[in-house]
Amino acid sequence: MATATGALPGFLRRPTTYTGFWSWIVTVDHKRIGLLYGGTAIFFFLIGGLEALTLRTQLMRPGNTVVSPELYNQLFTMHALTMIFLAIMPMGVAFFNLVIPLQIGARDVAFPRLNALSYWIFLFGGLLLNAGWFFGGAAGDGWFAYAPLTTTTFSPGRGMDFYVLGLLVMGTSSVAGALNFVVTILNMRAPGMTLMRMPVFTWMTLVTSVLLITAMPVITIALIELGFDRFLQTNFFNPAAGGDPILWQHLFWVFGHPEVYILILPAMGIVSEVLPTFSKKPLFGYPVVVFSGLFIGVMGWGVWSHHMFTVGLGSVANATFAITTMLIAVPTGVKIFNWISTMWGGSLEFKTPMLFAIGFIALFIVGGLSGVSHASPPSDAQQQDTYYIVAHIHYVLFGGAIFGLFTGVYYWFPKFMGRTLSDGLGKLHFALMFIGMNIAFGPMHWLGMDGMPRRIYTYEANMGWDLWNLVSTFGSYSIAIGMLVFLWNVITTMRKPQDAPADPWDGRTLEWSIPSPPPLYNFREIPQVHARDDFWHRKYTEGPDGRAVPIRGGGAHPAEASHGQGHEDTHAIHLPGLSYFPIITAAGLGIMGAGMSLFRTNTPVAAGIGVVGLIVLFFGAYGWAFEPAGPEE
Amino acid sequence: MALVRLYYAGTPEYLICSRGVMVAYNWRIPWRLLLLASLFLAAVLLTGCFPSHSQSTFDPAGPVAGRQLDLFKLIFWTAAVVFVVVEGVLVLALFRYRRKPGQPLPKQTHGSTPLEIGWTILPVVILAVIAVPTVTTIFAQADPPPGERVEVKVVGHQWWWEFDYTQYGITTANELHVPVGKPVAIELQSDDVIHSFWIPKLAGKTDVIPTRTNRMWFQADKPGEYYGQCAELCGLAHAQMRFRVIAESQSDFDLWVAGQKTPAAVPMSSVFGIKGCTVCHTATGQDALAAQATRMASFLKGNPQFPAPNLTHFATRSTFAAGLLDRTDENLRKWLKDPETVKPGNRMQELAGAYHNPSMALSDADINALVAYLNSLK
Repeated sequence: MATATGALPGFLRRPTTYTGFWSWIVTVDHKRIGLLYGGTAIFFFLIGGLEALTLRTQLMRPGNTVVSPELYNQLFTMHALTMIFLAIMPMGVAFFNLVIPLQIGARDVAFPRLNALSYWIFLFGGLLLNAGWFFGGAAGDGWFAYAPLTTTTFSPGRGMDFYVLGLLVMGTSSVAGALNFVVTILNMRAPGMTLMRMPVFTWMTLVTSVLLITAMPVITIALIELGFDRFLQTNFFNPAAGGDPILWQHLFWVFGHPEVYILILPAMGIVSEVLPTFSKKPLFGYPVVVFSGLFIGVMGWGVWSHHMFTVGLGSVANATFAITTMLIAVPTGVKIFNWISTMWGGSLEFKTPMLFAIGFIALFIVGGLSGVSHASPPSDAQQQDTYYIVAHIHYVLFGGAIFGLFTGVYYWFPKFMGRTLSDGLGKLHFALMFIGMNIAFGPMHWLGMDGMPRRIYTYEANMGWDLWNLVSTFGSYSIAIGMLVFLWNVITTMRKPQDAPADPWDGRTLEWSIPSPPPLYNFREIPQVHARDDFWHRKYTEGPDGRAVPIRGGGAHPAEASHGQGHEDTHAIHLPGLSYFPIITAAGLGIMGAGMSLFRTNTPVAAGIGVVGLIVLFFGAYGWAFEPAGPEE
Repeated sequence: MALVRLYYAGTPEYLICSRGVMVAYNWRIPWRLLLLASLFLAAVLLTGCFPSHSQSTFDPAGPVAGRQLDLFKLIFWTAAVVFVVVEGVLVLALFRYRRKPGQPLPKQTHGSTPLEIGWTILPVVILAVIAVPTVTTIFAQADPPPGERVEVKVVGHQWWWEFDYTQYGITTANELHVPVGKPVAIELQSDDVIHSFWIPKLAGKTDVIPTRTNRMWFQADKPGEYYGQCAELCGLAHAQMRFRVIAESQSDFDLWVAGQKTPAAVPMSSVFGIKGCTVCHTATGQDALAAQATRMASFLKGNPQFPAPNLTHFATRSTFAAGLLDRTDENLRKWLKDPETVKPGNRMQELAGAYHNPSMALSDADINALVAYLNSLK
């Protein structure tokens, strides 16, 4: 295309707005994209929370009539889908976006427009998944959607169509983002930052991203096959025509098990950063923690059939998966021991991020141990599909992933928002959530072993389940109040001036060496890295007895130091250009998905909208390919 | 144990208290609080184990559930010890190493290879203690013991259970009679979606999956009525897909079989025929097997027909609507008048002409006649 000013078609000119609402639409800055992901994730977390509160209110008494069974089934399905795909995963990606380039000393990710695309696809996909609420009923067959219940014979409504299309759309977002982070981490580290000098959070991001790239295609296949069954009358999962419901289960869980490691590894990475900072000691056994993360990522592929112990796969299959599942407890335990050893002998400061990190460890231990009890098929035969499993899930995902993510929120809030969240309110939030979650999910262990299956909208009064269901519901309300405290904290903190220091926690990694919030270009000068925890080593050295000793006047005020040196000419810093085309391309994909959701009710209209979406998609891709590298000068 | 609250007392000193734990003298340890918390936890733990609850897994009545519980107990107590030790060390670290004013920066320990090796090997050993009985139990319980057994084919339907006693040529629904002390070999099939067959006091669950025949077995060692429930989401009325297992003496069981084999002596009620009940329900015979397949095929073609429980000898059952309601006249009337309020989403409400076709609607007199007829199906 012509590059001379004026000869460029208008639609290919790069936007130049860095402020105001429009600037968020065209941003390619990883920090802004991270905030978009984070804000959207918190919004969906609240939606998922409301769904949970409704479920718990329905279950607080036997024979309750707060919701119909149809609505109940949709609520628990959407609660799980929302929490997993629209809250935990995007919150993790929010931190990847915000933190990774800073931790590795880079100015942005490898593919900034692809990064923006990932966010917009996620947003549109999340809206598509939830569209069922407004158009005839959301998906209601459970988040793992076992066939043939999900075929049109037994689920004739549109809910499962939104499930298939929403997840397919969001899958592309995950893979695009993951590819971006793998390339970024492998290629854009500051000079001197070898792999074994990377922060643990960066390592966990790398492993999680590789898992995303390899696991998402499996569920994509499963969803396409289910979609074909529903839209085009194929018979992958239709027993009457020779289809096999077990095929769905295998495909789903081959994805599903690595998926749970995708959910937990980022949180483990965050905790691995926070514990050393608030213990004033390095992470104990860094190489072992890193390798444990790698082992978990690899071994996670070998355990999927523990979700299928009751399917009747046979003694050999069950025994094999029992052993592989037990083995995966080993690297997990090793990590926990290393975290505790990080604190042992340290100087512990119990600020809010540290409390959430400790809460993560305490609660994840419970979830991990209950997991061991269902690693054994005969024991699992009683536990599977009962509230015992629901207890396990929530200890590892709420006590684990969510607590880990809140650790990150409180820890990195000052860096990106320029203000520190109130520690008093933070501690209150922690207490309400920690106590609330134990009251909500602890009794579920008993309920499960007492014979209460999961996914039932009601139960009889003579089963003996009344008391603990009631108690559990009160626990869930406590969590909700904790979330209100958190939101209040955020709202009041955002009204304060942006005066957070660059290094409020005496941190160890590079993100604390630049101002809060960071300038657009992150680092005036790309740092030269000499060690693991390089920033800490600019501030402290080790005395003869092994204790840390502050260096006088050294890297102590790095933000000022770089300013002081600074007759740096920031004109020389090349930043990626803003662009409209990521959101346009994402919109094309979203329109295609929305159109396809009408396929069974009105095929010509659906096809028409699909074609429109395809055109928008191609227009987006075309503009993306041909727009100039930067704004015309 | 002496409950002592330790107060700050000047320079820090270390005390070995009666339980052999080293604690610093100079901070308050809320021993009372910790004791209360542990007692609460213990109380909560123990109250969960109410064997009297009808689906409690802590009250096994047969060898399969019994051995599964033994394995769970092994794992639970092992996990409890690990829990106490690991959480204990964590809590100890929090108290012992909390930052005190004026404290120097700590030693920057990077790791310890012996510790890493130790705490990698120890979990492997502990897991081996769990893995070995796990594997042996899997293989030991895979098949019923040799010898005489009762064979039942279980077919899961939305939302009820069909029981076909292939050895005796009898078919019934939702109530499974078995003799005490004899293995019952179960074959599981589904003609619609995935269900799961679970009687907590007798055996862990096995899924019921269309296209495959799964096998499991159990044995009831004590007479009694055992509650079962479907344990895999199977649609709207999943919560109400239950069943009962009646374990009785061999002689009582033989009597029951004989009664079920006796042909129905009661003439068909005219209401039962005119109002369309026979479209889905058989009340007079054992050849329901082929009839159910025909009904399912018809449903799949979009006809208002669905496999429904065989009602032959209905009056010998203690519950109906898949273990949901006791078989009383009042409940029967409630069910026939408006099944949707009893079991939302049920197929009878959805498909039966009596609930959609004004000319087939059930008047109160019709309902009374039907109840009388059902009560006569002994």
